[in-house]
Amino acid sequence: MSAKPYAITLDVGSSLANKTGSWREERAVYVDRMPPCNDACPAGENIQAWLYEAEEGEGGYERAWRKLVEDNPLPAVMGRVCYHPCETACNRAQLDEAVGIHSVERFLGDEAIRRGWRLERGAEPSGKRVLVVGAGPSGLSAAYHLTRLGHAVTIHDAGPMAGGMMRFGIPRYRLPRDVLEAEIERILDLGVELELNHKVDDVLEAMREGDFDAAFLAVGAHIGRRAYVPAGEAERIVDAVSLLEGLEEGEKPLLGRRVAVYGGGNTAMDAARTARRLGATDAVVVYRRTRERMPAHDFEVAEAEEEGVMMRWLSTVKHFEDGKLLLERMELDDSGFPQPTGETEELEADSLVLALGQEADLSLLDGVPGIEVADGVVQVGPNMMTGHAGVFAGGDMVPAERTVTVGVGHGKRAARHIDAWLRGGEHEPAPRHELAGFDMLNTWYYSDAPRAEQPRLEAVRRASGFDEVVGGLDESNTLFEARRCLSCGNCFSCDNCYGVCPDNAVIKLGAPGERYEIDLDFCKGCGLCVAECPCGAIEMVPEET
Amino acid sequence: MTEPTETEAGKRDQRVRFYQVGSHVVGNRLLDPEQRTVQARMDRSNTLTSGHRACRGCGEALGARYVLDAAMRASEGKLVAANATGCLEVFSTPFPESSWQLPWIHSLFGNAPAVASGVAAALRAKGRDDIRVVGQGGDGGTVDIGFGCLSGMFERNDDVLYVCYDNEAYMNTGVQRSGATPPAARTANTKPIGEHPGNVFGQGKDMPRIAMAHGIPYVATATVAEPHDLERKVEAAMSLRGARYIHVFVPCPLGWGAEPRDTIKLARLVKETGLFPVFEASDGEVTGVSRIRRRTPVEEYLRPQRRYAHLFGEHPRPDIVERLQAIADRNIREYGLLGDGSEEEAGW
Repeated sequence: MSAKPYAITLDVGSSLANKTGSWREERAVYVDRMPPCNDACPAGENIQAWLYEAEEGEGGYERAWRKLVEDNPLPAVMGRVCYHPCETACNRAQLDEAVGIHSVERFLGDEAIRRGWRLERGAEPSGKRVLVVGAGPSGLSAAYHLTRLGHAVTIHDAGPMAGGMMRFGIPRYRLPRDVLEAEIERILDLGVELELNHKVDDVLEAMREGDFDAAFLAVGAHIGRRAYVPAGEAERIVDAVSLLEGLEEGEKPLLGRRVAVYGGGNTAMDAARTARRLGATDAVVVYRRTRERMPAHDFEVAEAEEEGVMMRWLSTVKHFEDGKLLLERMELDDSGFPQPTGETEELEADSLVLALGQEADLSLLDGVPGIEVADGVVQVGPNMMTGHAGVFAGGDMVPAERTVTVGVGHGKRAARHIDAWLRGGEHEPAPRHELAGFDMLNTWYYSDAPRAEQPRLEAVRRASGFDEVVGGLDESNTLFEARRCLSCGNCFSCDNCYGVCPDNAVIKLGAPGERYEIDLDFCKGCGLCVAECPCGAIEMVPEET
Repeated sequence: MTEPTETEAGKRDQRVRFYQVGSHVVGNRLLDPEQRTVQARMDRSNTLTSGHRACRGCGEALGARYVLDAAMRASEGKLVAANATGCLEVFSTPFPESSWQLPWIHSLFGNAPAVASGVAAALRAKGRDDIRVVGQGGDGGTVDIGFGCLSGMFERNDDVLYVCYDNEAYMNTGVQRSGATPPAARTANTKPIGEHPGNVFGQGKDMPRIAMAHGIPYVATATVAEPHDLERKVEAAMSLRGARYIHVFVPCPLGWGAEPRDTIKLARLVKETGLFPVFEASDGEVTGVSRIRRRTPVEEYLRPQRRYAHLFGEHPRPDIVERLQAIADRNIREYGLLGDGSEEEAGW
């Protein structure tokens, strides 16, 4: 018989010997999901990742900008002119208001210009030469990405200045030229050669002449679409593209005091707002459908109205004579199409600006074998290559939405495929993660924070000049706006999973950013970490049996 | 909005005080490390370590680690715990194994406060006032069985922090009603049958108020949904001497018929509905309340728990839900739980 009582014959041990992980039916798994902003960005920016850097403030801005320019070399332009589909998709819109992504982007872009941050080249020289035709957003983007991938790039542009539609289509009050020039200059500083006033008439000839291995075409769509308007000899009719382009080249267009603009897109708004700034007392937009069906963006219409631009909905121009426009009233039929009513009215006008869309000049492709043109645009494959091997195309001259951001995205995508093609391979885009939906978030954890609004120029000062209308956010408001990001679908190191596990079965791997691991020896599979993860970066999966 | 006329000094004063998730989360990389919780630290003591046998999603295991890790840090690791019998003891200490990583003493169901008082007296006799004492138990051991010992500990103002982990019934023995079980809740001995299903409507034992009535230096309530608030209260209590009491609301998935993953959600909702007022008191007087951030009807809190299923099923009892809502509304009035809704009020 033992001399000791039973209880002290056993050595004391730790419960760590008891592997409660054997209870588990489901396990928690860390995931990365696709944030809706990134998903929606036509330029393929990793928006959430650069916001994450910017959230740190001072020290993070340069890292944020560097992350941003990995995809898009024009952030100061983009933060001003992009129609930000990212914000339309932003999950925070369902909580209070979307994160003002464009205003943070603009701040980073302006900060980079102010502080003189330079772009970096990247890969070793490949010895390959690429011709880019057109120095608009798409061409500049392609040139930038191709250069970073190691190729020698030359841009030929028919115009006297670089920028394409960013310069000749977007008025200064939306995009100041010093901002545009600074961002273009920075791309050229990488070693991109730019030849202005150099129209390419035959792309194959140009490639042979310059000994180029591939070409990326991005000539845009600069030809204003004309509509036949019966008019007297003396009446002044111009197209909006020529008006905006001429202005940029230093012309002083004489439009008179009463200007009518025919069309309902963003260009119509730009033309009407420009007319006001050139001294027109009346600027009237004539459009055949209703405001709801107008292709112009809401904010453009709102800003135009603030500046005194008037709208004449459901109207078409029949005739222009003796300083009078004859308008016909329209009505929408059941399918939403405008139909004439026979009722007419008069509108006094000194000039008529046509803003009825643009077409691409594709003459440089005449006779090139394999090229397919449909609906006035060049057909390309998913790799942006035309039917002629080695000739790629993007921007407004291919079928897509015609925006600066889409153009920049085409440039990037084309550059990656051109790079692969030049190296004799194929570019495989990374598989896309599952979309991080609003229902995957635990929004309790986010502080309440209404959106920071950008300052606007007073209407009276807008009518008198081309000063920028929308101002930037200051540093402190930018930081606030960046921190409104919910980080949908990707860990932002909040430590919730590490804290809420009743079994200490979440291992914290290190400083913020180094993430966590599940200790499967002890995880019982309760799912608390998943439920309390603010951003939906953990999921439960059935235990393997 | 940018004010171009603002002075530089004015700008500095308006420095951003917004940190994405603020202190709602456990850590937050944007906050200074000192402003994050103890639970966010890689060197937290894990006073209650892994391998314990608590059910999945146990609120009590979580609450005990939150409290004791904070107390360990506040006492620089010089801490002794006396534990009442109950779930907390049974799941943590099946002899010869223990999950406790601090000096820990077992006691009976009803005498943990007395044992803690004794440990404190012994340490005083040895001149070791650097070593601090915590007594802890569930609601059964605290508000019912250990009630007399606890009241004595308060009355003598013994230098002990007593912590009650309230999961609103005797869970360890099979979910029997305690003096802290809420009205209408089903337990093993308050069946959901008859005209008045579940537990009776009555006073119950409002232990935090009873503790306050003793006039002790510090009383606080907290939930496992807000570790910042809970840790701050433990720290405040540890900075004082004499009898202190913290009452922590800890959901029990098994006893309440709730999903293990909903433990923190329920702890959040009980505060946001007003059913469990979160406050602190000094010398018998309420000195601060945690305001409701998103006011929520009690129904949202009740529905995910099968112990209230009889209020909603085939024969719903909106009249009873209404009476529970009235309790919440009364708490909201009595404690002033509605702030102006701003983050400042919510304490971040």
